[in-house]
Amino acid sequence: MTGHGGFAPQAPAAAAHRSELLAEMLLIRRFEEKCVELYSAGEIRGFVHLYIGEEAVAVGVNQALTPEDNIVSTYREHGHALVRGIPVDAVMAEMYGKTTGCSKGRGGSMHLFDARRRFYGGNAIVGGGLPLSIGLALADQMRGDQRITACFFGDGAVAEGEFHECLNLAALWDLPVLFCCENNRYAMGTALDREHAQTDLALRAASYGITAWPVDGMDVLSVEHAARRAAEAVRAGGGPHFLELRTYRFRAHSMYDPDRYRDKTEVAQWRERDPIDVFTAQLREAGELSGDELASIEEKLATQIEESITAARAAPAEPVAGLTRFVYTPEPS
Amino acid sequence: MSTRVTPGKRRTKRASKSATPAGTAETAPAGEPVKTSYREAMRAAIHEALQRDDRVFLMGEDVGRYGGCFGVSLGLLEEFGPERIRDTPLSESAFVGAGIGAAMAGMRPIVEIMTVNFSLLALDQIMNNAATLLHMSGGQCNVPLLIRMTTGAGRQVAAQHSHSLEGWYTHIPGIKVLAPATLEDARGMLWPALQDPDPVLIFEHGSLYNMQGTLAADAGSVDITTAAIRRPGADVTLITYGGTLGKALTAAGELASDGIDAEVIDLRTLRPLDDATFLASVSRTHRAVIVDEGWRSGSLSAEVSARITEQAFYELDAPVERVCSAEVPMPYPAHLEEAALPQVTGIVAAAQRAVA
Repeated sequence: MTGHGGFAPQAPAAAAHRSELLAEMLLIRRFEEKCVELYSAGEIRGFVHLYIGEEAVAVGVNQALTPEDNIVSTYREHGHALVRGIPVDAVMAEMYGKTTGCSKGRGGSMHLFDARRRFYGGNAIVGGGLPLSIGLALADQMRGDQRITACFFGDGAVAEGEFHECLNLAALWDLPVLFCCENNRYAMGTALDREHAQTDLALRAASYGITAWPVDGMDVLSVEHAARRAAEAVRAGGGPHFLELRTYRFRAHSMYDPDRYRDKTEVAQWRERDPIDVFTAQLREAGELSGDELASIEEKLATQIEESITAARAAPAEPVAGLTRFVYTPEPS
Repeated sequence: MSTRVTPGKRRTKRASKSATPAGTAETAPAGEPVKTSYREAMRAAIHEALQRDDRVFLMGEDVGRYGGCFGVSLGLLEEFGPERIRDTPLSESAFVGAGIGAAMAGMRPIVEIMTVNFSLLALDQIMNNAATLLHMSGGQCNVPLLIRMTTGAGRQVAAQHSHSLEGWYTHIPGIKVLAPATLEDARGMLWPALQDPDPVLIFEHGSLYNMQGTLAADAGSVDITTAAIRRPGADVTLITYGGTLGKALTAAGELASDGIDAEVIDLRTLRPLDDATFLASVSRTHRAVIVDEGWRSGSLSAEVSARITEQAFYELDAPVERVCSAEVPMPYPAHLEEAALPQVTGIVAAAQRAVA
């Protein structure tokens, strides 16, 4: 373990790049804020888990990945899907359960897939995506393919047996996996120190001989820097690496959650570290972002999201006659 | 055990020590019957798959150096190397899930779960991932994974090592379930199962591995979509699969000496079930006895019985009979285990009741 927390990001990323990072975080934030409205209006249903507050993690890690890399994610994956480049229209249509959705409407919020973009879900059993990442990486290793697999999961998954089985296997077989533990401090309603005897999750990973370190998950530049460093090491044949991305979700676990288990002042304190607000202020202060530029980004996003809603509403629903499609692969005709 | 391959270069096919599948006589001409066993036939099937397709690899607990808990993969490590005959830690969920991931990525893994009892530790991966990924992804992510596991009781290994859970697995849409009960099927089901774009589970009853017999030296793939009539008969249909096929055939022999001509159906493919074969048989014999090593309640026998009732009710001259395992965790003592499992006498008695 090269343990050190909250190191200073290596400047300077180009101003344009920083502006792009902000725009990506804003895309996730505005998309999900709209999802809340649509959910409240009854237009979208099911379990909807919001990423609000954690945007710096998805955006930062994504900077270290190439289109050839694999991504395995969780049920809190809107952010990962959007920054991966799954079109906003396709993600929104999936929220509506329409055939134009990225999973043809069969998955909904928790099961966003895009095989062409190597985005393998959208896995809604905590810890259940980790074994998939092992297999994807194993296939690449056996074929000599150069890609890496980024696997996202939360602090809750660290308590699952599959986590330990998979970290052991990844280390044993030297697999090219970048484990991205989004430690948002709660497994649904159970706080980190009420679910883990050892709350230093990077240390847990390090016990398997995996290089692991904690990262300030509220700072997109810190995440980007750490992810680049870890991904490069994995790519260079350094075996699996593990990032504990310390973050916080501002909203409840899901739209069903009354959020009774945490102190409002705790939430308020973390909101002061809002990855978008803080980064926006930094860019403004550095003279890299004018009010007009920010307004322009916001306007563009608002239009894009509104258009995705209009398209999703108008999109066809799967005819009931097609109910049992996608259970088995159809025979080639 | 890093096995990183030179970037961009596909692993070249290893030179094979022997071009002849393990378990078949090296000198026998094609088509000539050779002596073999169920274990050797299964090994020959895996051997063939490894030879024919670079993407195939075998992964599981003790499949390599140990040679497989039941000796099925003995010798394969020496021939194909540790990358393709891959020993795993005791991490059923991780290595089954790894098989799913590798299959999604275009490989053709054969995952061996030592026994069905341990498959429960991987049930999340089998049910929540292997069986659902194609659907959840709207048809994007198919999982061409083959899982083999030993099943069944009969060796006095008590309550945690004697399950017959094939029926449970047949409950799950998205997977296919096979139960080879003969040398031909042990030899011939694996390759077509590997060609299937979706996950297939193969259940090998532990009592069958030592079964001896003859098989054509060039025996190969068999159909994996239909049930088989193992013994034609006119008076009653005995419907079974896997480890109880032998008992059903023995019972049919005893019934014959009693003047009752029993037809024996081997279901072979447990999901999707080939209704047509057993319904046609029942329509001829008008009587059905289902023999299933699973527990009676909620079993595969219940499903078969229901389908007969739904689709051939007016063909029946007697109520459908079932011979299943007693509803008890498997006891250790031999006499109690014997009493818990379907036996020939019970099958004969059920058939006699049906034709009475």
